[in-house]
Formats: sequence, structure tokens, C-alpha cells
Amino acid sequence: MNAGTQAETSPWSDAVLAAALFAVDPAGTVGVSLRALAGPARDAWIAVLREFLSPAIPVRRVPLNIADGRLLGGLDLAATLEAGRPIADRGILVEADGGVVLLAMAERLTPSTAARLTAVLDTGEVALQRDGIALTSPARFGMVLLDEGMAGDERPPEALRDRAAFHLDLTRISLRDVVAAGPTPESVAAARVRLPNVRASAALVEAFCSAALALGIESLRVPLLALRVARAAGALAGRDSVSDEDAALAARLVLGPRATQIPAPPPESEAEDPSEERPSEKEPPDAAAGEPSPDETSIDAERALDDVVLEAAQAAIPADLLAQLRLGTGGAASAQSAGRAGVSRQTAARGRPVGVRRGLPRSGVRLNVIETLRAAAPWQRIRRGARGDAGQTEGMPRRIEVRGDDFHVTRFKQRTGTTTIFVVDASGSSALHRLAEVKGAVELLLADCYVRRDSVALLSFRGRGAELLLPPTRSLVRAKRSLAGLPGGGGTPLAAGIDAAASLADAVRRRGQTPVVVLLTDGRANIAADGTGGRGQAEAEARIAARSMRAAGFTVLLVDTSPRPQEAARQLAAEMGASYLPLPHAGSAAITGAVLASAGPSARATRVR
Amino acid sequence: MSQPFPFSAIVGQDEMKLALLIAAVDPTIGGVLVFGDRGTGKSTAVRALAALLPPMRVVAGCRYGCDPAADGKWCEECRARVTAGTLKAPYKSRQAPVPVVDLPLGATEDRVVGALDLERALTQGVKAFEPGLLARAHRGFLYIDEVNLLEDHLVDLLLDVAASGENVVEREGLSVRHPARFVLVGSGNPEEGELRPQLLDRFGLSVEVRTPMDLPTRVEVVRRRDDYEHDPDAFVAKWKKDDGKLRRKIETGRTRLASVKVPDAAIQCAAELCLALGTDGLRGELTLIRAARALAALDGDAVVGDAHLRRVAPTALRHRLRRNPLDDSGSSTRVDRALRELFGA
Repeated sequence: MNAGTQAETSPWSDAVLAAALFAVDPAGTVGVSLRALAGPARDAWIAVLREFLSPAIPVRRVPLNIADGRLLGGLDLAATLEAGRPIADRGILVEADGGVVLLAMAERLTPSTAARLTAVLDTGEVALQRDGIALTSPARFGMVLLDEGMAGDERPPEALRDRAAFHLDLTRISLRDVVAAGPTPESVAAARVRLPNVRASAALVEAFCSAALALGIESLRVPLLALRVARAAGALAGRDSVSDEDAALAARLVLGPRATQIPAPPPESEAEDPSEERPSEKEPPDAAAGEPSPDETSIDAERALDDVVLEAAQAAIPADLLAQLRLGTGGAASAQSAGRAGVSRQTAARGRPVGVRRGLPRSGVRLNVIETLRAAAPWQRIRRGARGDAGQTEGMPRRIEVRGDDFHVTRFKQRTGTTTIFVVDASGSSALHRLAEVKGAVELLLADCYVRRDSVALLSFRGRGAELLLPPTRSLVRAKRSLAGLPGGGGTPLAAGIDAAASLADAVRRRGQTPVVVLLTDGRANIAADGTGGRGQAEAEARIAARSMRAAGFTVLLVDTSPRPQEAARQLAAEMGASYLPLPHAGSAAITGAVLASAGPSARATRVR
Repeated sequence: MSQPFPFSAIVGQDEMKLALLIAAVDPTIGGVLVFGDRGTGKSTAVRALAALLPPMRVVAGCRYGCDPAADGKWCEECRARVTAGTLKAPYKSRQAPVPVVDLPLGATEDRVVGALDLERALTQGVKAFEPGLLARAHRGFLYIDEVNLLEDHLVDLLLDVAASGENVVEREGLSVRHPARFVLVGSGNPEEGELRPQLLDRFGLSVEVRTPMDLPTRVEVVRRRDDYEHDPDAFVAKWKKDDGKLRRKIETGRTRLASVKVPDAAIQCAAELCLALGTDGLRGELTLIRAARALAALDGDAVVGDAHLRRVAPTALRHRLRRNPLDDSGSSTRVDRALRELFGA
């Protein structure tokens, strides 16, 4: 099979190729992040992968919310009681040594589970320190992140995605595209044998590094992964060294899907690109950013390789990258968890169980029977011995003796609610253009907040100051009514509006809720805090207010309501570390989308830094 | 992995490497926190440190790793042996590597503090104590990757032991106390969550690591990593000499540490700097002085000077600043600014 043949590159054939390369070197390429809903396409891909892995290679499926005892291992309670000596339960990761683990619903994996996995991935072994057992077992495996996320930012934890060589998206693949083609299991097995001897040139490392920089990929793991994939590609093609074709294939599969910027600046639309402020783009990578013009490429061999790699990667840049950047939701590398709605709070008896600790089951804390028995198990002989042999002669079935010290309780975590604070600029300049449209957008959002059982609050500022129209509430009717009665006109006391929003957000946070501020304004302040007019003073104050908002660390979305995107508004967004969304690019539906992206249950906001 | 990546082969990240070396020279610094981007070699550096540390002497037959030179701080077992007359001066000792102990996130409390010896309890019905990770880390390093994700009750435990230098286990007739003094090293990614202020305060030094953005450095990082993975033994052998040099530097630094002078001017300077930055508590000043002294010892200087203070100030102070709502510049910038004001540009 020819790895890089141009004619047969379709999303499905690439996905099959990725499966083959992953199967050649699961532990080296670390993983596949597979975005697809459960369905025939995903099943077909997994079947293909299984075919590529020989029957001897273990494949284990890890359910979401797996307990540590099963993931990493621990004391096998039943076997231990039976045998009368400690018997360790090998965790699922140790069982998968030399093979592959499938992580179900990876987009919902918690940072804690992800951190346990990354520790094992990085060291190649499970260091078990649980239930009185200290054991280190080899665990080198590749992972498949089954990502069933629907929204743009519902993704597996970045720590895992960063380590996985392949990012595949099967969401747009229908069963019709699924055709049986690609490498044979035999060629994959042969490649696995050949792999250790495949050589890569020094120039290749440079080519991957510079292409990664040009595409705005920060992580240093990525060029390393590309290198390993290129080797696997060489092995799969039956070569002993990596050819340009293999390099191009690796670039297409590994670098392309991670691009956060397009190397040659496209005209026009780039001006509104909110990610421009990111440090990686401030210093444009000069080396590789040059347009790959065909007449220059053949001069220098190394340059040619650079271009091959970059071109191949560019071909695989997702088509909607620019759109994502504009919405401020893309940019895989810069996604932050700051916007996660609902800070988790540890509570006594509700929510999702997150662990077990020693302690007495007092009011509201739930006893964990299994862990309690596990703690009691080793003591049985000692306790019976302490009581003398009397207990055993009574002819009664042996009882497990549990003491207060053994009690373990389950700890729970609960997500707190979100309060979305709408801050509407109702001044003359805004009102004239957009107030009606803004009202429409807010109404849509309100409906959505209602569905998610979130609270909303409404602030407006105009004339001489800010006004709280609606304190945090869940009543949709009240919110709609106060919005409808929102009057417009007058000056723009922007600083007062931001300050009011910040203090309300602070109050919300103090109550244990998570505030999300949505600021709708054109960013043109002209009323100072003391109520006097004057653009200079007012703008300076607005900037200070914006900075203190940022220092407080609130999640903010700034919607620019002016007819043409305003530099002032964009700067203001940067000052407060807010996501920025110009309204001209979007009607009310797009605002809804953007707010959901920054406030959704598992969503994140890209912050302008 | 059998052969850790060599410490001296880590490209760049000078601040992180320096902080770890300072902690190796003077363990009383109280730990190092490494926070930053993914894939910047945080855990690589800590694991590499283990191979770099010069070995230590341990009282023969002691399972808590008591120091033969410090019989005032011995564990109960050693003291009992002295009383019983089975351990007499000059104490027999053996050479042992300095422990760098990993505290994995999934660890349970019993393995951290130590608990009933399972094997002996189940098979022989004997009540015996099996030391945990804290005991193993005594006189060495305790490393927690993703420290911001460590469970709260384990953090409580660690804080308690780190403050007292002693681990106490009281459980159903098991009553054990043993010394547990270690350098706490934590690493993490700030995006995954903040650290509790109490735990933050325990770390003497804190380092921010960033992904290098210039091409030659990046190429070098990837190339060395690739070389290492291709043939770990050859790669480690290649860097053995450099690692050896570093090890000797640590050794001489340790012996020199006690004789390094801290002039009043340096103490004055440290105090002024902390005052200007408004750091909480005295710990900042103390750590700053200690780190400067360790740096002087590493560099072979006899007296702590302004240059030493300047170099360690960001590491010693940046995590002790109060948040200022009107000044959102990063804490590193604020330390730099205060340094410029104090010493002149």
C-alpha cells in the first residue's frame, strides 16, 4: 500500500491510515482523539483498528468515572479474604500493557482521571500506592479518546489531546464513505517489526518544528509525535528510512488538524481575528511562513522538505478554522478552562462521587461499605487473635469484624449553578443602531438559561450611571418584562457599567455560584464616573474598570454592538481578558452560540490575552 | 523507565533547573513548585534530579533512613536500639541513594502515611507497621505531579507533616512516629486549578515554565528527546560527564553552604524588597536569604551579594504577592519592577 498516494485521500481513508499507523506503534504515537458520536462510522473505525491489531494485543475499554481501584489497581477484596493473604487486583491500565485502551465519553473525563492517565503515559508504568500495596507494573499502551462532544468546545481534556498524535473527526462521515480499503493487517504487523530500524533525517526534525511554529502549534510534543508517525509511515510503506511522502503524511495527520493559525496571512478577514493578540502570533514565524511558491522550492533540499511538510499540513487544516477563530471558540492550544460553568464544590452527600477517605459516617456523609471492608480485611486475624479463640468454637459462621477505624466514607462533588449577568449598553449611540437586535439576542439567551436552570441578572447603563434592572433570578417572565421595558438614549458611562457588573459578579461568586458576564456595548465611553462628559477621562476610567474585572478573574464575553467592529471595543475586551464577538458578524443566534461556548456546562472561553 | 532523561541534557528552562539545584544544596528551603505549560519537561527535570544527587549515609539497619551524623533526630527504632545497646557509636552506616519519591495522584492515605503490614497481618496475624511514602521520602524529595489535583485530605496530611517534620500514625494499637523531613516538589498546569494558599506557602521557591518559541531551541528539544528515546543507554552515557560535573557542584555547594557569609546589607536588601512587594509574612525574606546563600555556595562565592539576591528573588517571591486589582501585570513583572527600583536598572 502506498502511504501517501494523492488520489485516495478522503477523510475516511485518512482515518483508516491513522488507525494503521496507530496500530503500528500504539505506545509511541500515544493515541487517537476520535470525534464521533456512537454510530456505524465509529464502530467501523474501531473494527478496522481491531483488525490492524493482532489478536494477541490487548484492547481494554475504560468506562467514564472509573474508580481508581479499577483503573490503577488495588487490593482484591474477595480474593484476599478467600486466600488469607494480600492479593493485588491489576488495574485496567496494567492489563492493557502493550496494547490499546478505549476511553469512553472522553469529553467528560475529569482533570483528575486525565492526570492519572498522563502520569502512566509519561512513565510507561503504573505506580500503585493503594490499599497497603506498593507495586510498580509496566503499562505501555496507546489510547483512543472516544470523543462524543457535540458543541465546539466539548472536548477531551487538553492534557490527553496534547499527547495523542492523531485528531480525527468522523462526524461528517456517513456510512457511504466507509469503504474497505487501506493497509492489510499483515502489512501492519510487518511494519511493527520493521519500526525500530526506521531512520529519520535530522532535517526532518527541523521541518516538523518549523511547520508546527508556522501553524501556531505551541506544544513541543507535537513535532515529536509527527516524527514518530513519520517513522511508522515509513515502516508501513516497507522502507528503512522516512521519505518525503511519509513526512507529508505525518504532517497531514498530526500537524494539520491542530493548526491554530494559517501561515500565509489571508487578506481582509484577518483584521478582525480576535486571536491576533496571542503571543505566538505577535512574532510571526518568519522561517517557514513564506508562501510555498513552487518556483523557489527546488533550490535548497532542506527548504524543500520544510515546504513539503508545511504544505501537507496546510491541506489538512480544518475548513472552519477561521470561522472558529473569529468566534473565539477555536484555537485548540489556547483553550482555557476558566470559563467552565459552575465551579465544582465538594459537598457531603450529593453530586458525583469523587473519592473515598477514612472517616466516620456522620450525618449526611455516606458510608462506603466496600472500602470499609477492604480496610478491615487485613485486621481479621489479629482481631480474632486478640479476642482469643472463643469466637471460633461457637460454631457460628465466621464474621468479619469491623471497627470504627475501618470506616470509609464517599466524597461527592457537585456542580454549582451559573448566573449569567447581562450588561446592556442602552446609551444613545448603542440604542440607535442595535438595541432591538441586542434585546432579541438576550431573549434567546434567557430562554436557554432557563432551560439549563441557570440564573440571570440584568444591568443596564446609560446617561449618568448603571442600574440593576433585575437581580439574579430564574424567572424568565420577569427577565423578559424588564428587558422589554429597557429605555434607551443618553451618554455612555462605561466604567460605571463595568464596575456594577464586577461587584454583582463578586456577590454572585460569594454565594457560591459562578458568574458569567455578558457585556453588550460599542465600547465608546463618554461619561466619567463623576457624571461629567468627556471622552478621554471616561475611556481611561473604563480601562481601569476593565483591568480590575480581569484581575478578579471573571469569565466575560464582550459583544461589540456597533455597526462596524470598533477597535475601542476590541481593546476593552483585551483589557478585561474577555472573549470578543463583533455583532456585525452575527445575528442574535450567533451571540447565543458564543455565550453558550463560554458559559456552557463543560465549555470553555478563549480569553484574549 | 529504567534510565531517566539526564538533567544536564534538558534544553533551556534555566530557572527551573537552578531552583532544583538550590533545593538540593539547601533542603531547608522548603520545596519547589513548578507551574507552567504542558510538555515543558517539568516532571522530566524532577525525575532527572534523582540520578544527579550525591548519595547519602544511612544508619545500618534503619528503615527510616536516619542520618548517622545527626543522632539527635533519630527515629524511635534507632533510639531504642541505642538504649538496648545493640547500636553503638561509631555507628555502622551504609551508602544509599537520596530518595526522590513519586506521590501518584491515585495514592490512598494508608500508603502515604504508612499502615498495617498487609502481608504479615494476613498470613501470620502479626500487627506490624509498614512505612509509607512519607517515610521513604525522608531526607530526600517528595514529588507530586499535578499537585493542584491532589485530594484535599492528602494535602492536609502533607501540610501537617511538612510543618512538624514528623509523621504520626495512631491506629488501633499501632502507634508509630518517625521523622519525615523532605523537600516537597510539585508541578502542575495552572489551567487545571489553583493551589490552596496554605500549600502554596509551603513551597519555598516557585518557577514558571513556558514553552520556548524560538525555532533552534525547539529543534534541539525535539532532537534530544528523539535521540534519548532511540537509544536511552547511549544518550545517558553521552551526558554522563556533564551530569557528573553538576553532581560535584552540588557536593561542593553543600560543604561550602555553612561558611557562606550573609552580610547585613544583604539582609537589609531582602527586607526592603519584601516590603516593597508587600509579601505576606516573614517566610519570604527567610527563603530569599537562604536561596541567595545556596546560590552563592553553588557558584563558589564566599559572600552573598546583590547579584545573588537578584537572581533568586523572582523564584523566592513571586508566589507570595497579594493580588492587586489595579495592577494585573504578572507577579514576575512586579518582582522585576521592584528589583529595578531597589538596585537600579
